Amino acid sequence: MSDRTRAWPTHLVLAVGAATMLFPFVWQVVLSLSTQSEATSATPTLPAAPSLAAYALVFERLPFLSQFWVSVLITVLRTAAQLVLCSMAGYAFARMRFRGRGVLLALTLSVLMVPSQVYLIPQYEIVESLDWLNTVQGVVAPGLFSAFGTFLMRQFFAALPPELEEAARLDGCNPFQVFWRVMLPLTRPGLVALAIITVLWSWNDLLWPLVVTTNSTDMPLAVGLATLQGERSTQIPLVMAASLLAMAPVLILFITLQRRVIEGIAHSGLK
Amino acid sequence: MTAGTTAPGAGRTAPAPGGPARRRGPGAGQGAWPLLFVGPLVFGVAVFYLWPILRTAYFSFTEWGVFGGSTWVGFDNYARLVTDPELGRAALNTLAYTAIVLLGVPIALVLAALLNRPGLRGATLYRTLFFLPYVAMPVAVAQVWKIIYNGDYGILNWALGLVGIEGVYWVSTPGWSLVATAVLGLWLSLGFNIIILSAALRNVPRELYEAASLDGASPARQFLAITVPMVGRSVFFVTVVTVIGGLQLFDLLYALVGTANPVMRETKSLVYLFWEASFPSNEKGYGAAIAIAILVMTACVTAVQFLLQRKWVHDV
Repeated sequence: MSDRTRAWPTHLVLAVGAATMLFPFVWQVVLSLSTQSEATSATPTLPAAPSLAAYALVFERLPFLSQFWVSVLITVLRTAAQLVLCSMAGYAFARMRFRGRGVLLALTLSVLMVPSQVYLIPQYEIVESLDWLNTVQGVVAPGLFSAFGTFLMRQFFAALPPELEEAARLDGCNPFQVFWRVMLPLTRPGLVALAIITVLWSWNDLLWPLVVTTNSTDMPLAVGLATLQGERSTQIPLVMAASLLAMAPVLILFITLQRRVIEGIAHSGLK
Repeated sequence: MTAGTTAPGAGRTAPAPGGPARRRGPGAGQGAWPLLFVGPLVFGVAVFYLWPILRTAYFSFTEWGVFGGSTWVGFDNYARLVTDPELGRAALNTLAYTAIVLLGVPIALVLAALLNRPGLRGATLYRTLFFLPYVAMPVAVAQVWKIIYNGDYGILNWALGLVGIEGVYWVSTPGWSLVATAVLGLWLSLGFNIIILSAALRNVPRELYEAASLDGASPARQFLAITVPMVGRSVFFVTVVTVIGGLQLFDLLYALVGTANPVMRETKSLVYLFWEASFPSNEKGYGAAIAIAILVMTACVTAVQFLLQRKWVHDV
């Protein structure tokens, strides 16, 4: 009984919190189904005849599909590259002995302490000199490499027992086989965490792609939404529908994999 | 990974002359393998991160001409920096934003503690909902917050009107525009804080609470006497992440307030100032100096936090 009397204030607080988290999304859906005059009426009104017209307009009036494609490409390329490059480097830093290891590791980790503005102008110069402005490779290039991912994977590899490697080596595996067949599968939580963080950051990031893309058909969705101007930007149902569609893929993916994602984020935070 | 452990492997293959023998030989590490493993990443980090850091340091001492090319101007950019009222303003704005977003840490701790109560019904549903904003695209949610905050037809002012409060034009009033941005920032980061703090709370032994209950400690007292000290390390971690994220304020300002809004003049953050100087104004030398200033500020704030941690956080 004492449990039940104590449960309701808990539920009250949590429900108020949860409603605050959910409400903006619900309201965004409502506005996307409304007409412009319903969306701008002084008293909030539910749409009298909910309509999906705004969603059709997203594809007619905005370069949504090309921006969506840019977002997908940069997210997939960065995530794949980081998983491969960071796990290989992380493994070598954790488990291999070679000259210069300490210095290279220290240099790589020093990047972690530097805010991204410090390397942004020269990165822009590199991309510009390669004639990669307004291209997918230009948006993607710096983000293929990650000091954070290397550090994260190094922590995971360092925690594995050394006996495993010795056994594999006795079986005649070369260093790549030891890494690929024995060690890498054991760092799955680390790979999942790295993939989650990279997908989220790639899909949602604004500053870098804003700087290197200026053509509306070459920018990712985040930049497209942030730079909407003129008449289209004041059409509330259109903007709501576009922003819902822009975040839907990641929202759906992460809600489906919720348990994994929560574990992955907690892992990366506790390491 | 000592020479002794590699030796048996080396004995299995007949040592061939040249590379392979050196590669497998005891004491010689793993020959070319480490280079293959770290090479691509180190190359990328050197080209896209380490070299650019040096370049920015150099740029901060130069001025860029309208038609390209740059000239060495010594400490001119830094001299301009310390006398630029916009920079002081931006630093204050950034700190104020960070301070408001930091309120999310205690809020997240309370919510995480409630979520972790044993036998709580609907915990999974609550968790999903708290987690939603964290995975949402900031620029996309800023679009609906802009409408919610709208002074003429925003639902926030309508709701405030119901309880007799007259709202303002939140996004376009100096001062309030920063608060409005910070509230959105807090809302976005709450889920991350809850995830980290929940994981930490699960590691607190239940017996501590049972013992405290037997001694007649109220839930509030248990929270202060057991929960808070036991998760100190994680509270510190989310605090550092929140502060570093707060100092990076740009996306939300750009998407919620917008570059065309007159109030932006009073609302700029450090990163916004950096972006504006470096790209729209194309004063990359001055932009580089601002970037260095952001680096120094971030380092100072982080150092202070670590000093405070040593004083207050006790590892368990």
